[in-house]
Amino acid sequence: MVTFLRKRILSSAVPLVFVVLGVFFLARMTGDPVDLYLPLSATAEQRAEFSAAQGFDLSVPAQLWNYLADAARLDFGTSLRTGQSATEMVLDAFPVTLQLAGVTMLLAITGAVLIGSLAAYRPNSLVDRIAGLLSMTAASIPDFWFAVMGVLVFGVSLAWLPTSGTLGGPEVWVLPVATLLIRPFGVLVQVVRGSMVSALSAPYVKVARAKGATPQRVIFGHALRNAVTPVLTVAGDLTVGLVNGAVIVETIFGWPGIGKLMIDSILQRDFAVLQAAVLMTAVTIFALNILVDVCHALTDPRVRQAVPA
Amino acid sequence: MSEGRIVTEETEEEVPAANGREDAPGPTPAPKSPPRWWLLLGRDRVAAAGAVVLTVVLLVALFGRLLIGDRAQRQDLDASLRAPSLSDGFYGLLGTDVLGRSVLARLIDAAGTTLSVAVPAVLCSLVIGSAIGLWAGYHGGRRESVAMRVADVILSFPSLLIAVVVLYVFSPSALNIVLILAVARIPVYLRTSRAEAAELRSRLFVDAARTFGTPSRQIIHRHILPIALPTLLTVATLDFCFVMLTESSLSFLGIGIQPPDVSWGLMVAQGRQYLQTAWWITVLPGLAIVLTTVSATVLAAWARIATDPAQRWRLTLPRKRRGASAAVPPEMIP
Repeated sequence: MVTFLRKRILSSAVPLVFVVLGVFFLARMTGDPVDLYLPLSATAEQRAEFSAAQGFDLSVPAQLWNYLADAARLDFGTSLRTGQSATEMVLDAFPVTLQLAGVTMLLAITGAVLIGSLAAYRPNSLVDRIAGLLSMTAASIPDFWFAVMGVLVFGVSLAWLPTSGTLGGPEVWVLPVATLLIRPFGVLVQVVRGSMVSALSAPYVKVARAKGATPQRVIFGHALRNAVTPVLTVAGDLTVGLVNGAVIVETIFGWPGIGKLMIDSILQRDFAVLQAAVLMTAVTIFALNILVDVCHALTDPRVRQAVPA
Repeated sequence: MSEGRIVTEETEEEVPAANGREDAPGPTPAPKSPPRWWLLLGRDRVAAAGAVVLTVVLLVALFGRLLIGDRAQRQDLDASLRAPSLSDGFYGLLGTDVLGRSVLARLIDAAGTTLSVAVPAVLCSLVIGSAIGLWAGYHGGRRESVAMRVADVILSFPSLLIAVVVLYVFSPSALNIVLILAVARIPVYLRTSRAEAAELRSRLFVDAARTFGTPSRQIIHRHILPIALPTLLTVATLDFCFVMLTESSLSFLGIGIQPPDVSWGLMVAQGRQYLQTAWWITVLPGLAIVLTTVSATVLAAWARIATDPAQRWRLTLPRKRRGASAAVPPEMIP
């Protein structure tokens, strides 16, 4: 298990290194990095002063060294908009997104397992075909449009739910979570269904049925345990992709999360904050990938023994 | 995306094999005419509807701008925010936006923009990804592991995040969006084609070709590519949805297509302020996106079965009796 973990951590760290270096070199690729950090309206004196203060007049390897040292100390400079430390802003925004993503994935996985298993129990039955069509549509709806429609119907016309903001009871969660949910849910239903169909046709399921096990026991006790591996893999990928959705949802519903922070810093050209947010997201994804690998190893003894590439 | 090509190419190339197997014993009778792809498509009404929608969108994107001229940009402040109605002529069918521009004309114009981003992006990633993937999968060894690591690196990042950073540094233009989307989606084809090539390289006919001294580039081109192509085209159809959705999201966020150009995602963003008074500006472009992506998804699901000789017979049965089809491989999920 320890060897397994060490190998997975090493191979997951490669993307992380790429991102850290990528952000550095991307900032230098346009020529003068001061262009990136300062807004377009900055005067010549401001630019010269900033350049000297940030060490942009040093050689590139020296700059890289400073950058890495700063990144290791979580020091990404200060925001041009607020004057706050970029790290602080990112750390403030992070829990919001994390909560949103956590609730969404929990609901998506539970719902998809239930509906996917139900659909797989009788392939091509009415339930299966309805679930298939619904999940396919859910996976292809643009999330920003779904959110805007939700606001139009439930926020404006029916006035049941608030149109934006985080203040209030559980009702503020409904639309953001629903928007984030549709795509992972649609994809997961298809994956659960696919792997359950193959698991349910395996000999051990026939034996269990022949011995008179109830359908619930066959599905949840026997088939699901063996069908869970591909579901975990895809769920991990979808959680990474949830960042895409978070950017949209937080912008539309005005949630002060990391996605909104990124878009705001882009639109107001606040590179220090963008950089901090991107690197923070990269670290989270790195941790998430390892978590998925550990779950794999826990549920499937074959993974533990096989030497991962 | 030409959905026609997916099926024609595969039917023509699979048929000799299928006939050869059936007719092997006995004196070869007249070869049974192969199941025509449009007949198979006709039997599946949902897939046929998807194909029709995609064809219409493609035609509108290609020729729509020629027909409407500058109507998409022409303002008429007297006709601001008119609801869809039958009495305002062709351009008033779907109402007008706040500047009095015809929503129908803008939808047609936007179809051109959206497809002119999505199609080149998909084609680029398809060609580059498959070429590298087949090469890596055929040779194996170090080349394979390097290619797969690169794919892992790209895929472990949310595509919107890559796009956001790159579009911050470089200006958001249609060309940059195409390039980013192409790079972000290369790994999908790379993984699929590598898996196909790795499986095919140990087949007998490849061994035979190698024994005769065929150079590896030719083996990949002549013997491996034709078999991997149907799968790759199916993946491309699905990927088209993904690319379209990402472009729409970027445009919606204001870092994609920039006005005065117009794309479906941008139209949704522009209509958001008038949501309470003029729902049609926001609802209709979104519906256009949903319709196109759902059609492509349905068609891809159909093509996945139709291009698989072991499963194609299912399509000759009515939907109810087809039985469980094989599980969808993870790369094929949008």
